[in-house]
Amino acid sequence: MTLSQIETVQGEAGNFTVKIKKNPRFVDEEKCIACGLCAQKCPKKVDDEYNMGLNKRKAAHIKYGQTVPLKYAIDAKNCIYQTRGKCGVCVDVCPTGAINHDMKTEYIDIKVGAIILAPGFKPFSPSGIDYYGYDEIPDVVTSLEYERMLAASGPSMGHLKKESDGKEPNKVAWIQCVGSRNTNGTNNGYCSSVCCMYAIKQAVMTQGHLPQGKSDQTIFYMDIRTPGKEYERYYETSRQKGVRYIKARPHTLLKGPDGSGVTLTWTDDTGKNHEDFFDMVVLSIGIQAPEDAMDLARKCHIELDPFKFAKTNSFDPVATTLEGIFVTGSFQSPKAIPQSIASASTAAARVKAVLAEARDTLTIEKKFVEEFDISGQEKRIGVFVCSCGNNISSVVDVNAVALFAKSLPGVAYVDNQMFTCSADTQDLIAQTIKDKNLNAVVIAACTPRTHEPLFQETLQNIGLNKYMVEMANIRNMNAWVHPNEPEKATAKAKQQVKMAIAKVTRNFPLADILVNITPRALVVGGGLAGMSAAHNLANQGYETILIEREADLGGVANTLLKTWKDEDIQTHLAALKEKVTTHKGIRVLTQTTLTAVAGFVGSFTGELNVNGSAEDIEFGACIIATGGNESKPAEYLYNQDDRVMTSLEINARMKTDPDWAQKITSAVFIQCVGSRNQYHPYCSRVCCTQSIKKAVRLKKMNPQMDIFILYRDIRTYADMETVYRQARDLGVIFIKYTRDAKPVVKQENSDLLVDLFDPILQRIVSIKADLIVLATAIVPNDTTPFVNLFKCSANADGFLMESHPKLKPVDSTVDGVFLAGICHYPKPIDEAISQGRAAASRASVILSKKTLKLDAIKSCVTHNCDGCALCVDICPYNAIELVEYQDEHGKKHRRIKTQEALCKGCGICAATCPKEGVVVNGFTLNQLKAQVDAILEKTI
Amino acid sequence: MSDNFEPTIIGFLCNWCSYAGGDLAGVSRLEYPANMKAIRVMCSGMVHPDLILDALKKGADGIMIMG
Repeated sequence: MTLSQIETVQGEAGNFTVKIKKNPRFVDEEKCIACGLCAQKCPKKVDDEYNMGLNKRKAAHIKYGQTVPLKYAIDAKNCIYQTRGKCGVCVDVCPTGAINHDMKTEYIDIKVGAIILAPGFKPFSPSGIDYYGYDEIPDVVTSLEYERMLAASGPSMGHLKKESDGKEPNKVAWIQCVGSRNTNGTNNGYCSSVCCMYAIKQAVMTQGHLPQGKSDQTIFYMDIRTPGKEYERYYETSRQKGVRYIKARPHTLLKGPDGSGVTLTWTDDTGKNHEDFFDMVVLSIGIQAPEDAMDLARKCHIELDPFKFAKTNSFDPVATTLEGIFVTGSFQSPKAIPQSIASASTAAARVKAVLAEARDTLTIEKKFVEEFDISGQEKRIGVFVCSCGNNISSVVDVNAVALFAKSLPGVAYVDNQMFTCSADTQDLIAQTIKDKNLNAVVIAACTPRTHEPLFQETLQNIGLNKYMVEMANIRNMNAWVHPNEPEKATAKAKQQVKMAIAKVTRNFPLADILVNITPRALVVGGGLAGMSAAHNLANQGYETILIEREADLGGVANTLLKTWKDEDIQTHLAALKEKVTTHKGIRVLTQTTLTAVAGFVGSFTGELNVNGSAEDIEFGACIIATGGNESKPAEYLYNQDDRVMTSLEINARMKTDPDWAQKITSAVFIQCVGSRNQYHPYCSRVCCTQSIKKAVRLKKMNPQMDIFILYRDIRTYADMETVYRQARDLGVIFIKYTRDAKPVVKQENSDLLVDLFDPILQRIVSIKADLIVLATAIVPNDTTPFVNLFKCSANADGFLMESHPKLKPVDSTVDGVFLAGICHYPKPIDEAISQGRAAASRASVILSKKTLKLDAIKSCVTHNCDGCALCVDICPYNAIELVEYQDEHGKKHRRIKTQEALCKGCGICAATCPKEGVVVNGFTLNQLKAQVDAILEKTI
Repeated sequence: MSDNFEPTIIGFLCNWCSYAGGDLAGVSRLEYPANMKAIRVMCSGMVHPDLILDALKKGADGIMIMG
């Protein structure tokens, strides 16, 4: 349901009634074929909001090329017919009669058991703030505008241009924290989490857009916040590539001479003023709660936090204040894509647990008729040429194409339709297959990427194997891109049809692959992430085995005291342990490790070492949550002076001796100990917040205590910025140091001293300390066993790799194996819990099915294989193994075998094989060659 | 080479990226010469060297592998 909003929510968890207001699209989604004629002919031009108003769109429009659903819409606010009652040209040009200007707003009541809110965020607008000059200076742009300028699909096709004079900019500056970390004039006292990374990315991309060596990128920042996986490396690389970083907030922006460019003025740490000229200035604007956050909260009866994001707690980070209503994405708090996607899975996991009883009660299984046998038959091909209204036929002579197709060998039937994709044509195609005894079909129409499944289903409906259809893409890759060359387009369409016929002539029926699913999950690691995963899986109704190497559950969380929001971790941990150990669906095995694994997604077998004795298990999916720990440093007099301790050691001390803090007069926290250096070239993500939270606690216990935090960049991302501001308000002193001038800890007589250069005072200061807390790098527990057992991957730091760093943040590189907690990357407990549940959600996608259906486009060994095994090592999915077999004379041979469940059909094996010993079904060398030949034979 | 030389170019387009890009070029109504004929593959990695040599031998003027 698009163009829809919540009107009211009534009821309770498990039984909500939601009234939805569905605004009219004025285009019938069933009829719209996204040909775009309405937009082409629509006379009304308006600012294109997708491109930040940098170009125009029409009142009849799609938001962008990849819009889902790919259906046009008429914007009632701007449409001439809707506003003035005349025009209606879209009605005249639409080839399918999809435009309906009489559509009305509808109100629809739906019954649901749970609700997920994902309304996104609103970018901060710098308009009206005079010192940024956004309204006055043409070459000051927002980061979102700049992003569109950089995009190949953007308004300037990826060519950077200044608004003032249309010339290419050479020197570009970014100003960070525009509308973030700012309580002056806004209520945005939080960090937007994403702007440092996107500014760095834009700076690096800018280098690629401009002549090499001539461009200049400068980022003005307060703290560089790159606490995500691989972010720090990206930041370091950008410095090596020449991106300049200046720690300052430019206070004045003025229009450059001739009205072009921008003159920036800023003050450095020493108080010295600087002025420089830039061709363009990009304002790195922050994330704000959505415009209608208050309204949505009122309708859903949920509470918001002071920044108008949905109020949640660290132990249930996607649950709103009303049971049964969940939140995901930046409406919870500002987050980057990986966290946003993971939290979406978390919300799904929570909903699946709420709705566990109702699962599959509304499912209808589709049944197909039995397939008829076509083996040994000569090919009788039916060719259906689509006009697509006039999308294709206005450029390509479809009759000439049809006539040409008739002349080709194997073709038994040719027809031309207005719309091959319409429901009645589907019936017609099915009937024709039957009447004309066709055993292969070519559809010359649009792209197989969107329409092949539809035509495959048409074949299945009549009993023809679904792999007996091929498409010739004569719309997207022909008529639409050659509108002014109809003759060439027609000739090309003939070739495309000939290619498809050449290919389908070599098609043979293939069977989809079915994998039986073992409906049981294995969770490795009984820390917070692992327990959260196991508990959610069990609540969803899946049998779960939770194994823990140690004698007790809890992992490193056993040593933690409070979250930054002051929530008590031990209380939650104890409750979770109780729930996990008493849940009927969870089998908890402590002092247990996984020692062997075989099989693949849905059907794994494994061997456990349970306190010394071996046990075989079967499972359908696995979640790895083996955690990590703080590293122990070899510097700053650690292990040489008792007053120097790590973050976790001070936790233990505070737990056993709560009054201990009273005796301390001066405490120094040193950040980034062993982090962000050559040994651990990543940021440990949690240490800034942890140290600051401890400082606040100590300061509250003993306000007289002098507390210093020595840092490189403070990285209290998202709303954790609140605790940083609180610490400064309480008088905690923050001193920045650089990697080249680290603090020096020394003993003088019995005193413990910390010397470092203070950039504000511009001199070396010496601090006498009773306590030094070292925020050390967080390292993963050894992940090599899993790399060996599952053949999954780990990065250079030992953290397990995700399948896709942005879009699949909890899937490992192996299907059916998921990641949660610190084994993936250091993270605070709310993110660890969230990721645990996200992994449970991803695993349940597999476990919820009895069988897994995979397409038949898989690699397949041929009789040419002689077991040379060149393909075994090169397969990126470890899907190929070498097996031995005996021929009829009892002689042993070797050849390869593909594990079809692991194969993705990429065909790297086939391209590597020197003797066609392995092919990919549906894309054999023979089929590809036939298409090449069809192009090169001069018969058209 | 004459001015009206029309090369025959064969493009191997990966289903997941460049073929999708080709579709998007259509949706965006970008124009390009009709000389390139696309063959959809499931990964640019499946294009066998023999296929390229064979195509060139048979008269293709250019091959594009996009992935």
